[in-house]
Amino acid sequence: MVRLHPRPFAIAVFGASVYACATVASSFALGRVTDRVILPRFDQGHVDGGTVAAAIALVIGVGLVKAAGIITRRIAATITGARVGGTLRSMVVERYQLVPYEYHQRNPTGELLSHAGNDVDAATEVLAPLPFASGVMVILVVSFGWMLLTDPYFAAIAVVLFPTLVALNVVYQRRVERPAEEAQEQLGVVSAVAHESFDGALVVKALGAERLESERFRAASEKLLRAKVRVATTRATFDAVLDALPTIGIAVLLPVGAWRVESGAVTVGDVVAFVSLFTILVWPLRLIGYVLGELPRAVVGMDRIQEVLAEPIDPRHELTVSREAGSATSGRAALLDVQGLGFGYEPGRDVLDGVTFSVAPGRTVAVVGPTGSGKSTLLLLVAGLIGPQRGGVRVDGRDLSSFTVDDLRATVAMAFQEAFLFGDSLAENILLGDDDPELLATVADLAGVSGFARRLPQGFATLVGERGATLSGGQRQRVALARALARSPRLLLLDDATSAVDPTTEARILRSLRSHLTATTTLVVASRPSTIALADEVIFLDEGRVVDQGTHDELLARQPGYAHLVRAYELDRADRAGEVSVT
Amino acid sequence: MSSIDDVDAAHRGEGAIAVIRRGVAATPELRKGAFVTILLAMIGAAGRVVIPVLTQQVIDKGLTGPKVNTGLVLAASAAGAVVVVITGVIVRTTRVRLARTSEQALFGLRTKAFDHIHRLSLAHHTEERRGALVSRVTSDVETLSQFFSWGGVAWLVNGAVIVAVAITMAVYDWRLALIAIVAVLPLALILRLVQRRLLAAWDLVRGRVGDMLSSVGEAVTGAAVIRAYGVQDRTIVKVDEAIADHQRSFARAGSLSALLFPSGEVFAVLTISAVVVAGVWLGPGAGLTSGTMVAFLFLVNLFLEPVAEFTEILDQTQTAVAGWRRVLDVLDTPVDVAEPSPHESVELPDGPPELRLEQVSFEYLPGRPVLKAVDVVLPASRSVAIVGATGSGKSTLAKLLVRLADPTEGRILVHGVDLRSVPFADLRSKVVLVPQETFLFDTTIAENVRFANPSAQPADIRLAFYELSLDDWLDSLPAGLETRVGERGEHLSVGERQLVALARAYLANPTCLLLDEATSAVDPATETRLARALESLARGRTSITIAHRLSTAERSDLVLVMEAGVLVEVGSHDELLARGGTYAGLHSSWMDASSLSATAAPAGDT
Repeated sequence: MVRLHPRPFAIAVFGASVYACATVASSFALGRVTDRVILPRFDQGHVDGGTVAAAIALVIGVGLVKAAGIITRRIAATITGARVGGTLRSMVVERYQLVPYEYHQRNPTGELLSHAGNDVDAATEVLAPLPFASGVMVILVVSFGWMLLTDPYFAAIAVVLFPTLVALNVVYQRRVERPAEEAQEQLGVVSAVAHESFDGALVVKALGAERLESERFRAASEKLLRAKVRVATTRATFDAVLDALPTIGIAVLLPVGAWRVESGAVTVGDVVAFVSLFTILVWPLRLIGYVLGELPRAVVGMDRIQEVLAEPIDPRHELTVSREAGSATSGRAALLDVQGLGFGYEPGRDVLDGVTFSVAPGRTVAVVGPTGSGKSTLLLLVAGLIGPQRGGVRVDGRDLSSFTVDDLRATVAMAFQEAFLFGDSLAENILLGDDDPELLATVADLAGVSGFARRLPQGFATLVGERGATLSGGQRQRVALARALARSPRLLLLDDATSAVDPTTEARILRSLRSHLTATTTLVVASRPSTIALADEVIFLDEGRVVDQGTHDELLARQPGYAHLVRAYELDRADRAGEVSVT
Repeated sequence: MSSIDDVDAAHRGEGAIAVIRRGVAATPELRKGAFVTILLAMIGAAGRVVIPVLTQQVIDKGLTGPKVNTGLVLAASAAGAVVVVITGVIVRTTRVRLARTSEQALFGLRTKAFDHIHRLSLAHHTEERRGALVSRVTSDVETLSQFFSWGGVAWLVNGAVIVAVAITMAVYDWRLALIAIVAVLPLALILRLVQRRLLAAWDLVRGRVGDMLSSVGEAVTGAAVIRAYGVQDRTIVKVDEAIADHQRSFARAGSLSALLFPSGEVFAVLTISAVVVAGVWLGPGAGLTSGTMVAFLFLVNLFLEPVAEFTEILDQTQTAVAGWRRVLDVLDTPVDVAEPSPHESVELPDGPPELRLEQVSFEYLPGRPVLKAVDVVLPASRSVAIVGATGSGKSTLAKLLVRLADPTEGRILVHGVDLRSVPFADLRSKVVLVPQETFLFDTTIAENVRFANPSAQPADIRLAFYELSLDDWLDSLPAGLETRVGERGEHLSVGERQLVALARAYLANPTCLLLDEATSAVDPATETRLARALESLARGRTSITIAHRLSTAERSDLVLVMEAGVLVEVGSHDELLARGGTYAGLHSSWMDASSLSATAAPAGDT
């Protein structure tokens, strides 16, 4: 992690070292004050004014150096933490954009968000106190050296005490690791529940299920509560021991010091200096406990981030240059050729199997089939969003897997049934960063956006809210359609993309599409007879297989299943007409 | 209408003390056992003065005499060690108690905020960015948790230490004690002055965290669209900007507190110097000994160290207070669609209700009405269809009928009872809405259906599917009722999700059923099946359907035609058709659309 931003980290460690040396020096200064000022004044009755001034200067000087070290360390450490956190977050989000779409289908949104949020926080929180911990190491080394120079018996106490403290910290780390990990995981669960519950707020309210949701959240929070208390209990135990040990060290140091003073080996000032040092050690060592306590959390967070970063990126991003020239075909409708396409989300349960068909350039083809027949998956495959497990998709004779991201963008555009809008303006949502008012006007007219956009307070500059929440379902779909058209795609894929638009408006939109999109091949998943009737040809899909392909009339004539599906409305109406006449 | 943003705005710049007072009032758990905990902290703090007192005793009675008194030094040291161990145990107990109390309190706060967010009307859910809402019950509460596990403990323990040390100093020499205490005052003043600026800086950080999480959320939930349009780079740039903004605000707030931090250090050396000079000036004649002087060297440090530590935990406290305030603001956001008070609440009678709308108007934004003076009676036990173009106010009308929002003007009567005086539990059990956008929870189909009636048995759930003629669809799924639907139900097609939602509504067994375009995405065969099942389901209930398909209107008892928020026509299908108005126009264009295929169909196929 530190390797990401080594400079501020190095500065922080430098500041911590300055602070460390000054800390040891401050104990030394207290010893001098005792020997040169206090003892002469109170035991011998006299002290020289100059000596007092010099001692005071030493104490204040050391204090100021210490303060400078602290400021340097803290500012640099904060910057390190902020930068590393920012970099890690960017890397995670960037990876999310580059991994294949299947990764997003596989992993819950809440978890993905938690990697970019909580996990990054956990991983970087340890960075701020880390330079301080290195400063503590310096304190330990310098003070040990000083003791050794002053008196070997003092050094002996340190030899017992310091390693014990370090060993205790290691045990601490091990003991707190598991509960900390559990708490972190449970926090992710709590986030996921809250996220899902607020997303589904309408259903929760409509069914009066607030209490049920409340209980679910309560159960998750309670587990978190228990995990946290377990962590806190372990910490409290170790912190108490770590606090008490240096103090007990002093209780040993004093009799030893008394004996060494008697034998004339050390001064009273030396004893005072070391008592002060042991006192000062209490706080840095507690910090070391804190750092080590945070470390497991940081390691867990970092592991999760590494997992995301190790996720293989979509091979399409590795294709830097088109293997085959694509420019020759631009501006012309695409020829679509699907061969033996097979796909399943779970092994043994194929969604599509042996799907084969082709669409001539400029044609509009409807994909029709009952619910769950694999229509949406077929479109995802043709859009290159997911990769086929068997067979392939060719556009103008070229396999889709050899298309770079740019090739794909220049060729295919897809509008989904559930229109996803960004929390941007209407214009941004349609043009996605381009600035072309003329194009905007054209596609907005075609997709039936212009009408309602004019009535919005700021027209096309109106912000649509998160996920387009301020628009109705039908309006969102039309915006998404305009977005697809703005790409002037050679292959347009519409996955029931006008299902929430009322039929009259839908028919008008689809008719104008047909007459305007001369350089576009269109594949449209449709369920309304009116939509189907507008297509040149129909592919009838059932249980993941192409049952038949032909014109609407041909299929009506030779596929009873198709006729039943498509004419369900009319049959229904005819039945009712019959019922009415009977009664 | 007062939203969370308004409450935030009202509390911006509120001082830390005010927030804490508000917080403690909202979480009474914090007060539980507080007295014993504080007492223990005081006793634990007394352990801190062991070292200075011990050193003073050893120097004065053991070392500075003509001969070192070994016995006394050993006895004093042993006694000191015992006291240290005892206070260690007490300190541990205090910390565990504190952790229990604070986590319990945070649990309460978290669940309260969660419940309250669900109680807010849905107008908020569309206004408020969801990422920000989630962050209030997770990362904001988590910030508090981290504070309580360290900074909060430090406040209590340090407070106790300061008191214990001050008493010890005063016992030794009141004049030197006074110097140390006076030295703290300017330090405290500086801390107070900087506190507000720090709070504002950390507030900005919290806000930036929300923005950042929103933009990251968009980058994740929009994965399909981002890929389909090859706008990965653009998305990365946008998210990076939000991340950089957060990073900058964080570095700024952190640096500000870094400058403040060592002020305690500086004051400590100044105070020690002052005490030494004063002590030397007073001399042995004033009753001071060298042991007392050395004890003061330590006591001044012990006294100022916690004060200095306060500056260290101050920024953590600022973050925590800012987070706390944001959670409290959730709790303080008034519930605009409120449960009626017990004495004015009226339970609805059983049986299908009549719904009466009296001059009902509604606006999401002031001055932009979505519904204008709608006045109509929907008779009991009848089926009503609401038709109209997109954006004509149909969905809003449905929301008002189930009280997801209250009319801006006018009122709605159910069974002659104002909707506002019906308790929610009663209303939700009798009037059920199947919303336009089906949302499923990431669990099994059975659990999703059971959502409507937690006591339902698997047999009841199966029966629901059977009654809706959906049992064959259910059987075609790999695990039947136990099939997992994935996040937001994404393992199922949109049509399949709607089947589950309808089974859910069936199980809720309401006396009044509202369907908001719930069948718009099902293939025609399934829809026909559903339509018939729903018809039998609607029998004996009041049913209101908002459908784009006019086939629903054809078979309804009453049709309401909406246009730009105004109810333009009411009547039966036949009446409206005969009138030749808006409905007749809609109907003929729909007939054209749905009959295109019929003209091409070969005769005799049926």
